[in-house]
Amino acid sequence: MAAATTPSGERAGGRRTSEKHPPLLRFAPVERALHWANATLFLVLIATAAVLYLAPLSALVGRRPLLRDIHVIAGFLLPVPWLVARWGPWSAPLRADVRRMARFDALDRRWARSFGRDPFAKVGKFHPLQKLNAAFTAGSIPVMIGTGAVMHWFGWFPLEWRTGATFVHDWVSLAIFVVVAIHISKAVSDREAMRGMWSGEVGARWARRHHPRWYYEVIGHAEGEIVPRVLKPGRTGSDT
Amino acid sequence: MDDQAAGGGTPVGRRVVLGMLGLGAAGVVWGSKLADVFNRVLAPVQAMDGTGLTSLLPAAGRFRIYSVVGFLPRRTPAEYRLRVTGLVERPLELTLADLQALTPVRLVRDFQCVTGWRVPEVPWKGAALSAVLDAAGVKPEGRAVSFKSFDRSYTESLTLDQARRPDVLVAYELEDKPVSGAHGGPVRLYVAPMYGYKSCKWLEEIEVTATVVEGYWEERGYDTDAWIGRSNGRRDDPVG
Repeated sequence: MAAATTPSGERAGGRRTSEKHPPLLRFAPVERALHWANATLFLVLIATAAVLYLAPLSALVGRRPLLRDIHVIAGFLLPVPWLVARWGPWSAPLRADVRRMARFDALDRRWARSFGRDPFAKVGKFHPLQKLNAAFTAGSIPVMIGTGAVMHWFGWFPLEWRTGATFVHDWVSLAIFVVVAIHISKAVSDREAMRGMWSGEVGARWARRHHPRWYYEVIGHAEGEIVPRVLKPGRTGSDT
Repeated sequence: MDDQAAGGGTPVGRRVVLGMLGLGAAGVVWGSKLADVFNRVLAPVQAMDGTGLTSLLPAAGRFRIYSVVGFLPRRTPAEYRLRVTGLVERPLELTLADLQALTPVRLVRDFQCVTGWRVPEVPWKGAALSAVLDAAGVKPEGRAVSFKSFDRSYTESLTLDQARRPDVLVAYELEDKPVSGAHGGPVRLYVAPMYGYKSCKWLEEIEVTATVVEGYWEERGYDTDAWIGRSNGRRDDPVG
């Protein structure tokens, strides 16, 4: 991932003058655009779903067909940001990160087996829980679109499927709500992680602390090289 | 370098996504049975829960507010009128007080929606529809009854024999409170042994007809005789 480094020697904005290294590029523009497009659609879907689903809000807001139309349209738009990001000429950094996201390597497995307590199971560019979050979000999109389609065009399917689709849609939406709430609370409690998704850059100190394997990968130490400073187990996992 | 960047490692992402797709598809096909199990398990939990939080769970017995128009129709109890028209000896225009003067009937029954949700043991109170029909006097050629909602869109119907059942009410109380606007108040129909779409909300007119005139949802494919557990391809426990 050498392409992900910022040109060495430059320092953006002069923030964090105590750091030995300039900020690292964590997310390319295409990834940030995809993230925020996706986030906008998810928030629209969650807000409209809440009004459609929670009786007191339904009674307060009304306008059910309009909200349903917004919900349905936003739902069917969900694959669009992904398709544009993935199949456009700008897709290289996204594809590289998806490859990382999609797999648990040996140290991720070690992290999972020890429930995160193994101090030698250093975190790479993505925390194992971030990988699960990404996989869950990716999987939830076709599931919600599929069940939503059965609910929307129920006339084409057996009536039992409508009930089944409603059941799946309801429970997966509850899971999405919980996962998104955790994701947002983690993000707002870690300003540097948030900065990574806004501007693309993160401070070197933060990267070393939270994503040490990625940090050393980017600044150029060979894997396995003994770097005494990392052996002090930093608290990991506070960003998702 | 993370070894997943080289293509190795456990494909956790693919497993999560494929697992969710598989579970989602299974849930669509078998979810209506699973939803019944969830309902049975959650109903007692919800009954003991003083916080009301479990009522937010999908499948826990709770009403969902449906309306086929873009608003919740409003009519105050004072301005409310129910017209009884068609093949009757004496066309009527009844106030809420007129309805309350008829012998009140209180029923406690499960409310079952054709989309799968069921609210256990809901108390209803109102005048028997048969008493309202008797007050107007059905002519011999009257064989069916149509219902119109003051949402200006929804209609429903019953045969005269169905309409004369003792568990069919012109209801003005739900859960021992006046029927709220969201639930179809101030007056709605309640057809205990049939799926919820027969229980026309915001009831404005009862018209006696010679033959059954299909209602809003029947025109869109639902069964006209909507017995719970014996129609619409569903096998819910009958009510009544």
